[in-house]
Amino acid sequence: MHRYFGRKTLIYLLTFIVAVTLNWLIPRFMPGDPVLRMLTRTSVSNPEAIAPMREYYERVFGLDVPLWQQYVNYWVQLLKGNMGVSVWLFPTPVTEVITRAVPYTLALLIPAILLSWIAGNKVGALAARRKWLDNTVLPVGYVLTATPYMWLGILLAWSLGIVGGIFPVAGGYSFELRPEWSLAFVGNLFSHWFLPFLSLFLVAFGGWAIGMRNLIIYELEADYANYLETLGAPRSLIRRYAFRNALLPQLTGLALQLGVLVAGALVTEIVFAYPGLGYLILSAIQNQDFFLLQGTFLFVVIGVLLANFVIDVIYVIVDPRVRVGMQGAS
Amino acid sequence: MSAVSLQVDNLRVYYRTTRGDVKALDGVTFEVADREIMGLAGESGCGKSTLAKSLIRYDGRMRHVSGKALLDGLSLPGGRYTKVSLIPQYAMSAMNPTVKIGRLIADLVRAHGWSYRELLPELVRRLELVGLSADVLNNYPIELSGGMKQRAVMVLSTLLNPSLLIADEVTSALDVTNQRAVAETLVQFRDRGFVTSMIVVTHDISLVYQIADTILVMYAGKLAEKAPAEVLVNAPKHPYTRLLISSLPEVGVRHATRKLTGIPGRPPHLLNPPTGCRFRDRCPLAYDRCAEEPPFTEVEPGHFVACWKAMSEGSPGENQEACAAERSGGTPW
Repeated sequence: MHRYFGRKTLIYLLTFIVAVTLNWLIPRFMPGDPVLRMLTRTSVSNPEAIAPMREYYERVFGLDVPLWQQYVNYWVQLLKGNMGVSVWLFPTPVTEVITRAVPYTLALLIPAILLSWIAGNKVGALAARRKWLDNTVLPVGYVLTATPYMWLGILLAWSLGIVGGIFPVAGGYSFELRPEWSLAFVGNLFSHWFLPFLSLFLVAFGGWAIGMRNLIIYELEADYANYLETLGAPRSLIRRYAFRNALLPQLTGLALQLGVLVAGALVTEIVFAYPGLGYLILSAIQNQDFFLLQGTFLFVVIGVLLANFVIDVIYVIVDPRVRVGMQGAS
Repeated sequence: MSAVSLQVDNLRVYYRTTRGDVKALDGVTFEVADREIMGLAGESGCGKSTLAKSLIRYDGRMRHVSGKALLDGLSLPGGRYTKVSLIPQYAMSAMNPTVKIGRLIADLVRAHGWSYRELLPELVRRLELVGLSADVLNNYPIELSGGMKQRAVMVLSTLLNPSLLIADEVTSALDVTNQRAVAETLVQFRDRGFVTSMIVVTHDISLVYQIADTILVMYAGKLAEKAPAEVLVNAPKHPYTRLLISSLPEVGVRHATRKLTGIPGRPPHLLNPPTGCRFRDRCPLAYDRCAEEPPFTEVEPGHFVACWKAMSEGSPGENQEACAAERSGGTPW
């Protein structure tokens, strides 16, 4: 058990180091210069003032030292919990910008991932045993899972937002409201949240439903299902076993799909101008904001790694074969 | 033999395919007595598995055409687990891998209205009888070896003392030592009354000979011969049985000097089986009358055969020589 988790932790640690390094590298490979961009924004008329300003900003952002030292500094500051200052929203610290956006992204992602997984598995399992349901779930599921997140988002925004007028199509809440714990504000928050959530939910739901349907059919063909049927076991018992066994590959699927879902959430946020991390990433790229980009990427990486780790732990709990494998290895 | 336990009467079961019905079981009639272990032998595709399945559970492609099977007055398939039970060919993978064996048995017996707690002492006793400790109930199937899984399945299948147990190729996946142990366990189960009678489906006549009271040989969806095990192996009457038995390797024979042969030809396709005796094309003794279908008749007490030759001549020794001579093409070995 210890050995298993020790090995897993090592793998996660290595992934983390590589991801952080890539995070640091990618913005620096982008064309353009953030400091120059800030200078043009300040519209200083005196050309002599530009050089000292440039020097000042480069020092503020730590860009005045050699590249390798920037990298070391980055790690040192990161471990202190400091992710630098945003260029786009200068002089707000990156951590503050991200903390403001994270609740929106999590409020979208966590319900979308969990609900689609649960609902998809239930519906898929039902489809595997009802012909008429199978005939509807399967084609609908294929269409949904093949739909790009943002395209479905646009479709929903157009149909339910613009034509139907039921839901707002942009923003986290209406501009005329102030964030507060009132019923009106929470209701408004919910109506803005619903469409981005729905587009994420539907696409993921289709994939899970199809996966579960196929897995259940496969499980019901398995020897143990046959044997139980031969011994006159009730269908409900066989289905219960099959469902539980079919959940295991779906759990692996969830671990694999997390990254895709997060990426989907990011583009969906852009479609709905939803003030989460995806929206931040777009702004950061548009403004050459190295530090904000690093920060948001880092957050996404940590989130995906943590979620994967949780799934690893769950897997050990639910699948005896993994447990046995661990004992065999030690 | 005492009272009749299983009565199968002119049973026909076909497989539905897009090209028509495959007549896998084409009118079989036989009886299995109380406490009888009947071996059911034949090559693959002869219908022995279909016969076994049609006594316990029809799969989606099987179609009951005519006839019936009665077990102590109960029409089969029916009374699964409590009356008829099966030890499957795939015993290694027969148990759900993610559920502990004890939990699986508990779920199963409860579904049949029994109390697991009341059955537990008997279950443990039977596990110990086959050489398993009670601890296996707390194990997952993957934690057991192949032989242990096989024995656990044997105990599980017979826990409710079924009247009829079908053992479907139970020894196929085992090594010779385990084969012997499993075969002896089956006999022991019968002797201790865990099961009333038993059908042992196999293609291994030499193994079933050791445990069976009677052996039934099938060929191409029909019954060829049924006789007490001793008689069937030592004095078979049906040419197919003779060839089947003479193609077994013998101890002490060096196969470098004497070539091991099989039965030439292949069994007919059951989509459009030939009329008359179905073994006619491969039979060295076939003659005109074989174009007519031979009935499955009792030629000696307890010895049934479906062959015109065997019925008319009734002198096994002579036929056997003729048969053997025909097989080797008349040349001395």
